[in-house]
Amino acid sequence: MTYRNDPYDPKQVALLAPEALEAAVAGATAAFDAATDPDTLAELRRQHLGDRAPVSLARREIGALPPAARADAGRRVNEARRRIETAYAERLAVVQAAQAERILAEERVDVTLPSDRRPRGARHPVSTLAERIGDLFVSMGYEIAEGPEVELEWTNFDALNIGPDHPARGTMDTFYLDVPGIVLRTHTSPVQARTMLARKPPIYVVCPGRVYRTDELDATHSPVFHQVEGLVVDEGITMAHLRGTLDHFARALFGPEARTRFRPHYFPFTEPSAEFDVWFPQHRDGPRWVEWGGCGMVNPRVLVACGIDPDVYSGFAFGMGIDRSLMFRHGIGDMRDMAEGDVRFTRAFGVEV
Amino acid sequence: MRIPLSWLREYVELPAELSTEELDRALVNLGIEVESIVDLRQTVTGSLVVGEVLDIEELTGFKKPIRFCRVDVGDANGTGEPQEIICGARNFAPGDRVVVILPGGVLPGGFAISARKTYGRMSNGMICSARELGIGDDHSGILVLPEDVPAKPGDDARPVIGLDDVVVEVEITPDRGYAMSVRGLARELSHAFDVPFRDPAQLAAPGATATPAYPVRVVDTVGCDRFAARVVRGIDPRAETPQWMRRRLTIAGIRSISLAVDITNYLMLELGQPMHAFDLDALRGELVVRRAVAGERLTTLDGVDRELHPEDLVICDAGLPNPLAGPDAGVPVSLAAVMGGETTEVVASTTNVLFEAAHWDPVVVGRTARRHRLFSEAAKRWERGVDPTLPLVALERAVTLLTTYGGGTAGDEVLDIDHTRAPARIVIDADLPARRVGVPYPPERVVELLERVGCTVSRDDARSASGAGLSGGRHASGPPILVVTPPAWRPDLTDPADLVEEVVRLDGYDRVPSVLPPAPPGRGLTPTQRRRRSVSRALAENGYVEVLTHPFVAPETFDRLGLPADDPRRTTVRVANPLSDTDPLLRTTLLATLLGALRRNVSRGQRDLALYEVGLVFTPRPQAGEPPKMGVAHRPSDAEFAAADAVLPEQPWHVAAVLSGDIEPAGWWGPGRPAGWADAIEAGRIVLASAGIPEERIVVRQATYAPWHPGRCAEFLVDGVTVGYAGELHPAAVAALELPARTSAMEIDLDALPAAPVVSAPRISAYPPALIDVALVVDAEVPADEVRRAIVDGAGDLLESVRLFDVYESAQLGEGRKSLAYKLVFRAPDRTLTGEEAVAARDAAVAEAARRCGAVLRGA
Repeated sequence: MTYRNDPYDPKQVALLAPEALEAAVAGATAAFDAATDPDTLAELRRQHLGDRAPVSLARREIGALPPAARADAGRRVNEARRRIETAYAERLAVVQAAQAERILAEERVDVTLPSDRRPRGARHPVSTLAERIGDLFVSMGYEIAEGPEVELEWTNFDALNIGPDHPARGTMDTFYLDVPGIVLRTHTSPVQARTMLARKPPIYVVCPGRVYRTDELDATHSPVFHQVEGLVVDEGITMAHLRGTLDHFARALFGPEARTRFRPHYFPFTEPSAEFDVWFPQHRDGPRWVEWGGCGMVNPRVLVACGIDPDVYSGFAFGMGIDRSLMFRHGIGDMRDMAEGDVRFTRAFGVEV
Repeated sequence: MRIPLSWLREYVELPAELSTEELDRALVNLGIEVESIVDLRQTVTGSLVVGEVLDIEELTGFKKPIRFCRVDVGDANGTGEPQEIICGARNFAPGDRVVVILPGGVLPGGFAISARKTYGRMSNGMICSARELGIGDDHSGILVLPEDVPAKPGDDARPVIGLDDVVVEVEITPDRGYAMSVRGLARELSHAFDVPFRDPAQLAAPGATATPAYPVRVVDTVGCDRFAARVVRGIDPRAETPQWMRRRLTIAGIRSISLAVDITNYLMLELGQPMHAFDLDALRGELVVRRAVAGERLTTLDGVDRELHPEDLVICDAGLPNPLAGPDAGVPVSLAAVMGGETTEVVASTTNVLFEAAHWDPVVVGRTARRHRLFSEAAKRWERGVDPTLPLVALERAVTLLTTYGGGTAGDEVLDIDHTRAPARIVIDADLPARRVGVPYPPERVVELLERVGCTVSRDDARSASGAGLSGGRHASGPPILVVTPPAWRPDLTDPADLVEEVVRLDGYDRVPSVLPPAPPGRGLTPTQRRRRSVSRALAENGYVEVLTHPFVAPETFDRLGLPADDPRRTTVRVANPLSDTDPLLRTTLLATLLGALRRNVSRGQRDLALYEVGLVFTPRPQAGEPPKMGVAHRPSDAEFAAADAVLPEQPWHVAAVLSGDIEPAGWWGPGRPAGWADAIEAGRIVLASAGIPEERIVVRQATYAPWHPGRCAEFLVDGVTVGYAGELHPAAVAALELPARTSAMEIDLDALPAAPVVSAPRISAYPPALIDVALVVDAEVPADEVRRAIVDGAGDLLESVRLFDVYESAQLGEGRKSLAYKLVFRAPDRTLTGEEAVAARDAAVAEAARRCGAVLRGA
């Protein structure tokens, strides 16, 4: 390197020669293009754009030129430097991209590895369905009413027009407790009586809950199961309103094709009374009517026992088994699956039904 | 109730061609639940023909005697040659006509008949028994056709043996007793098909005579408001029940006993009037109808010796002395309306019969039936209500049938002690059905439909004009007022609403439109309802699986849990009639049943388990006593109802969680982490957090409480009130309950939690935090949470958060000492903190910890 000892030697202005600058640009570009990683490129940048780089040294030689030539030389040097910088920047982008790609490639994992470090939990589908039904009715303006599971015989039977000698008492296989006058509620209907005692019409409530009958646990029976009850008491309520409500309910739960069918039946607490079926196109054994629940117009005797004037108000009530609805909606074949608490059953449902 | 369609057709002109589907739909739309409709023609397929036995060759050398028969089946076999059939029965002889199924036929139950070699001969078909044909239970021999049956070999046997019929099995709701008869069902079907009905009770029957058929004294005219009787003398005791009657009884599931008894059962099925036949010669004196006296006993027809209850109605024979009930009271010979007694029943030698047809109080009969668990066919009808106008008709039919088929002479005397009252009238607005149902029934239509079910309807225009307050009415003027007298067979029609149902039922439920009522604005879920959902969902999202266990527990459960003898959780509500005698109690803790679900899962091969349940527990109230009696004629007073409610056990909502195995499984990422006490406590914290309880109102402290490990049990307090416990279970409880080692659990009383406050929003500072770690050395017994509280209180408002990140003990620290390392974050809302400010706050925190907990800054 000649310039070290004599940097201002006018003879050295050869570096400013256009050919020299062109060579510097070409050399730098070639060097950059050969580089494959950012570290090498950084070193090359120092060589080709640093203080001792040809273009930098060429700039120093400008002072040795006659003033008239300086502007022209300066432009040439700047042009050369700009081209080298551009070449560097372009190459840097390429090298960085390549490196990023390489890193990404190196960081590749097997995404099919199991990821369940914290196993998921699940809601019991009976709970989820009960909440879903509750939400539907709440969205319609209803409220959710509740009552105790150990219940007075009066609310479970008497107030519902099931007197002590009513044959229907015999048909409901009741768990009696060691205290006379109280039972494990055989249906959610006592919540109707409690609601009517506690509030004045208009009453629009649903009551989901656990109920008890003395049936041994088997594929189709359980001593403990779940019902949801609906009660409306207002002026001018008709059976057509009952039907409209159940049709809406059916469509919300089973899809737009669902509809209901009423069959005359007998319940002491409703008159007229009906059992109702739902048309369920998605049934696993093909579209069909499925028995869904019981309903009717609140028996005026029940209104009287609960302090509501039957000449002013009328009402409807309906009830159905949540477990049963779940069984046909999801094709559950065995009641025991819902009672035994096997996690494999519940996990299958997650947190939605 | 099972009834052949042919019987119904005798009284209702049903369409000749009636498919089982049409019949099913009609019954269902009438409100009669159809259990099954079986077309007997389709129960046996192939050739089922009448055969005449020509000759019999007895085959010997087999385990039992076998007959090789040649049977004339006419041209039914296509050849006209005798059919050769092997038969194991012996109750027939050459010349008898039998029922033969030819090869290719299929008997009920899919029993296909083919020609096959058996006992060394070819058997081309089978000679059938009643049971094989599905028409009876008799399998003692093959069915031999009676001589009077007109049928010749080769005829289709189905009409001959009643297999050309359709059997309808229906379930009758408790309100419609009248439908438990051919009479009632035929009447209902006449409505469905709009066809004529002939009432089998429309029959001229002689009324009471001056001389009674038999002396009877009715003491209890409320329990027995009608008692009628007639006598038939001199019947042939060997007379058999005619085949057609026997067949109908068989189809109905009633065993044929004797002609007289069969007649009573037959008429019960046809008319709906239960009756009784006494052996007249077994009666000693006057019959007395009264309530039983305590201590009296009666052996009923089913052979059971029963102790009678003073409420039971009995028919007594006053000719027998009774020291218990006094002179003239007589000895019970029949449990009235439910079942007759052994001593006076008609037997094989009976020649003189006393038929009784009475009317009993449904409540009294129902109680007796339940008390003695004797739900006889008669009791089922009485309980549902029987037409009180039937007795004389039923007696007339009975004596006619008995004299026709059994000979003898009907006595002229008729006993009829009648205290029955005509049905009460019901007054309704003619538009009541329209207003309740939402279908605009015109008044004429309402009248028409009510008349069709048998009501007498008159318009009361005077009342309509005056608009007097009437049950079921509402308008001062407007719709016509109808005065409705229900028919005698409909004791269920008492209220206006009952008539509404009849109108909509006959007009058709399918004609009720579908209209959604506009509900008023609602208030959404209550806070406690929302809380239960939040808690439940939070646990599910933290890996817990919800189960819903049955609340029944065994007394031993509390021993296994290791509850102290005086633990309040041992005071339980007991089920008087538990399904299982081993589990008669209601749970007082969810763990009692939830741990059972855990064990069941373990036994099914699940190892890593986290379960939870949200449910009620039941705690009896001390000295609760019985609820006060409340009527239904009006609303109970608030005080009355509150007093009744106060008898119920407390039923708070609890939440519980149980864990065993690994809470985090091992995997490619490394080893798993076993579930333990800390996870159970965290479950409790999750519950409290999701219930909206602010951190600063919660205290978690060391506790000793069964069934938890005494050193690994945390007590949760909110505002100083205990709300639950969590931790690892006591090893003894784990062993007694056969649970996996280190099973951990949490239970919190959700109802004990205060309402969640409205959260006041924190001020979010955008200034940088100052982070300082401190390690404090304290005695090993000092709870970490107390140190944390001291730090929080001491550091003041600049402390944004504090987190314990390390706990360790070492020899360096000294025996019984531990180091707690906390990460403190300081931040000011309005400025960047200087280092001095942060250190000063740190120092204040350490000083408070030193003061309260004896903490020493490590390295200081």
